[in-house]
Amino acid sequence: MATHFLVHNKADKVGVVVVEDVKAGQALSGWLLEGDATLHVEAKDDVPLGHKIALTDIGEGDTIIEYEHDIGRAVADIAKGEHVHVHNIKTKRW
Amino acid sequence: MANSDLSFLGYRRENGRVGIRNHVLILPVDDISNACCEAVGNNIKGTLALPHPYGRLQFGADLDLHFRTLIGTGSNPNVAAVVVIGIEPGWTQRVVDGIASTGKPAAGFSIEEHGDIDTIARASRTAKEFVQQASEKQRERCSIDELWISMKCGESDTTSGLASNPTMGNLVDKLVPKGATICFGETSELTGAEQVCAERAVNEEIKQKFLKSWGDYNDFINRHKTNDLSESQPTKGNIAGGLSTIEEKAFGNLAKIGKKTPFIDVLEPAETPAKGPGLYFMDTSSAAAECVTLQCAAGYAVHLFTTGQGNIIGNPVEPVVKLTANPRTARTMSEHVDLDVSGILRREMDLDQAGDALIEMMLRTCSGRLTAAEALGHREFVLTKLYRSA
Repeated sequence: MATHFLVHNKADKVGVVVVEDVKAGQALSGWLLEGDATLHVEAKDDVPLGHKIALTDIGEGDTIIEYEHDIGRAVADIAKGEHVHVHNIKTKRW
Repeated sequence: MANSDLSFLGYRRENGRVGIRNHVLILPVDDISNACCEAVGNNIKGTLALPHPYGRLQFGADLDLHFRTLIGTGSNPNVAAVVVIGIEPGWTQRVVDGIASTGKPAAGFSIEEHGDIDTIARASRTAKEFVQQASEKQRERCSIDELWISMKCGESDTTSGLASNPTMGNLVDKLVPKGATICFGETSELTGAEQVCAERAVNEEIKQKFLKSWGDYNDFINRHKTNDLSESQPTKGNIAGGLSTIEEKAFGNLAKIGKKTPFIDVLEPAETPAKGPGLYFMDTSSAAAECVTLQCAAGYAVHLFTTGQGNIIGNPVEPVVKLTANPRTARTMSEHVDLDVSGILRREMDLDQAGDALIEMMLRTCSGRLTAAEALGHREFVLTKLYRSA
């Protein structure tokens, strides 16, 4: 079965889509690199290759965790399965 | 590993350093000497002119960096000999003397009191002798502990942090214990991961030296910024590829130094490493051509460059081996890609196999295989300028 997204660490709130043409409503299979586990998420948006998908519900102002570290903050509520990118997260630097 | 003895066929230079190319450079001291250099490069086949836009009325640390970069480029072991041309004799001789201290042939020509045509004639005669001498230089078997490797990523995307940068990291963790000398840079691109990076310093002194370099760069950005740098750092291409913030880009970037190798020193831009084999950090811009030009000037012989969205950079002196893990880039820009590691994302290849494949491609390049960027004529020679000239 195809691996649609990869997740770096168990603590991460986002996964990275590694195939082209993920569509809203699609059932996705993911590979958690830390511990070599399989995850499942239903896409709520179309998500391009290389873009992130929320693995959990995230509230506005919450810290986004990827690589088990802080990569920025949510500037909108993000539901599990939604596309996560510059429209709903921002840097905490600069 | 793919090549069990990790050897390659290189050129041993007068000062003992090992190069992988055998260039004769025609090097301008300043912008107004470019035309002469290009004419000599056109006259004498097999030479390589390196035009650039600077060298007049620079001062202070910016002038020091200019000389360090020109002298370092000419001193790189990929260079057999250098003809230097400048508008006047003083600074021309300064560059010649710096390069000649390595023991390689270097000769200077200045234009004032001669004009372009006479200068081109005189410099062409010397360039012809240099290129004929260089053509007799033979490759010899060299070992991995004689190889200096620099690394960078460009037009990165999330596949860089997932696969191509960890592939370079795998190479670092395998080759530093074998005595390789390796360099990473991109100071601003560690922002968000700077504390994690600092913990990889070999001791407290180097950790503080790194944090000072990073802090100074960050202060500089904060002083001049007009927004949060989105579309600059991360670039528009990074964002198209799915990277959302500088922090996310930084953690992907940091994967290129592997999982366990400490860095043993922090280098100024274009500074030659002096602590022997190991991993070094150099304080550089994150713009590809600026960074590679500085690493080349520090003496690195082969460059490993990961890309996500498809940065096409090359360097005239230091071959740039390009790898990508983005399957679309591997498909749509295949002529720019030396190694496709997108199989990692499809679980067809693991990092250990990808690291071995990169070592093999790097060693083939060191022995003479032209990189994609060399075959396509990418020769981006881009000097870092610290501030306006006087």
